[in-house]
Amino acid sequence: MSRRRSALAPRPAARVGRFIIVALALVISIGPVLYGVLLSLRPYSAIVRAPLDLFPSLDEIDLSAYTTAMLDESQGGFGLGRFVLNSLIVAFGTVVLSIVVSILGAYAAARLRYRGRGGVNAVILGVYLFPGIVLAVPLFVLLARAGLTGSLVGLFFVYVAITVPVSIYMMRNYFLALPESVEEAAIIDGASMPQMLRSVVLPIALPGIVATAIYVFMIAWNEYFYALLFLVQDRALWTAPLGISQLSDFNVPVTVLLAGSIAITVPVVVLFFFAQRYLVDGLTSGAEK
Amino acid sequence: MLFASILPLILVFVFAFSEVRLVDIPRLGTEPIDWTLDNFTRALNNPSFWQALGTTLLYSTLTMIGSVGVGLVLALALRRPFRGRGLVRALLLVPFVLPVIAAVTIWQTMLNPQYGLVNTFGREFLGWETAVGFLNTTSYEVWGIPIPLSLLVVVLFEIWTSAPLSFLFITARLQGVAPGIEEAAALDGANGAQIVTRIVMPQLKGVILLLCLLRFIWSFQSFNEVYLLTEGAGGTQVMALKVYTELITRADIGSAAAYGLLMSVILVALLAVYVALSRRKVDVE
Repeated sequence: MSRRRSALAPRPAARVGRFIIVALALVISIGPVLYGVLLSLRPYSAIVRAPLDLFPSLDEIDLSAYTTAMLDESQGGFGLGRFVLNSLIVAFGTVVLSIVVSILGAYAAARLRYRGRGGVNAVILGVYLFPGIVLAVPLFVLLARAGLTGSLVGLFFVYVAITVPVSIYMMRNYFLALPESVEEAAIIDGASMPQMLRSVVLPIALPGIVATAIYVFMIAWNEYFYALLFLVQDRALWTAPLGISQLSDFNVPVTVLLAGSIAITVPVVVLFFFAQRYLVDGLTSGAEK
Repeated sequence: MLFASILPLILVFVFAFSEVRLVDIPRLGTEPIDWTLDNFTRALNNPSFWQALGTTLLYSTLTMIGSVGVGLVLALALRRPFRGRGLVRALLLVPFVLPVIAAVTIWQTMLNPQYGLVNTFGREFLGWETAVGFLNTTSYEVWGIPIPLSLLVVVLFEIWTSAPLSFLFITARLQGVAPGIEEAAALDGANGAQIVTRIVMPQLKGVILLLCLLRFIWSFQSFNEVYLLTEGAGGTQVMALKVYTELITRADIGSAAAYGLLMSVILVALLAVYVALSRRKVDVE
């Protein structure tokens, strides 16, 4: 007796078509990244000589592009190590301040009933959608006036400003999903507002907070435009993306640029896979509201 | 919040209506402002403004269609569980997670005229006579038809990096589609294509419209991708690049603010039209 085909099981043709789409999509999305990784492992001269030999032979593998990229100029490198350090400082600072501000902001947006609540929520969404490039002009002038262009502190303030609306928006969804009764019970038991936040709300919302923190880190880590505006004159302060893009204007071998790009990609990809499920929930929940 | 959003917004207006240049920054706030419309008349009389607007609209529209379309196809293709689906899904997200600068470096290498994969492959196997400058060619003839090559490359790049996000949103919504109706339709003899178009797609309409809207807004203001890939060469001067050029290259704060403000006005106007149209459609239905 042959097994009956379930009514919803796809026909063989559909199955083949789907397989082709998935395979093609995988090649297109991962292919270029693999290409970059493979090239970064070969010496520059070999790439110019034989651009189509994608897979380096074992004796050809050459990790010197990575060391050259990371070492300081005084040691014959391109100083990417220092740029990465700058990026780390700014990104971690941004995550800490942005998350603290957003926890309070998101909790208020999700729970507290105050006058003009709808208006504030609209402003948050509006800022989120408003052309960043437009706000760049006044932010540039304000920071120049305060003497903060050409410093990592100025960049840090701007990153907090641009990530707070995003993280409030993401965390609000998590706070809305918390059962309100738990908080009420804590209040009735005599907890004050800050106590209740710290010992009841935060532990339950922790996955959401971690996901938001990682997303904020990704934004700050990738950010290029404001770094270009504020720091381009001071090489010692370049962040990693700015450093790589500036170096590509000089005569830096492409293997070094690729090595640098791969090096700054690894931490975000690792973080992302680590927290993928929470991040996806945070980004997509409320998509249709 | 106030410092981050309201104050800069007010300042955009102030700058847009006054003559301010970069050298004036130390004196700002000490002198009264001369209100003027010069920045706007200059921008609107400048043919490059209209050209940038056209480029931006073409860029955002193509990116929107491509990104949401690809995301939809992928989400539908990955809908039924199969072995390794989780891994495939995670791998498809890589272009979205990749830092822009890394993605740009890889694409620039791939498209490089001397040692890039695409050009060497084309010359070796497809019979291209000369290397194609993908990132600085305003117009390229394919079978006699001129196409804006560099702009299309930038569009493809943005689709590559942003389609995964569309895919995520649509997948999330697909999980909420109840299987019962589909089974009933299948038992009644509907085939796969009919189920997708008649039962699944109507439920996805909301999230697809939202994605189109978001992608259009984001592409309309996109700066990093375009600037890093081409620096505006090859007919890719979009509005965001104009704002940047006015501010940094021409050191004209007033003009940059005016460009930015015009950009926002156009965006808001387009959104208003969109909202009006979608309202009317709902009424007709």
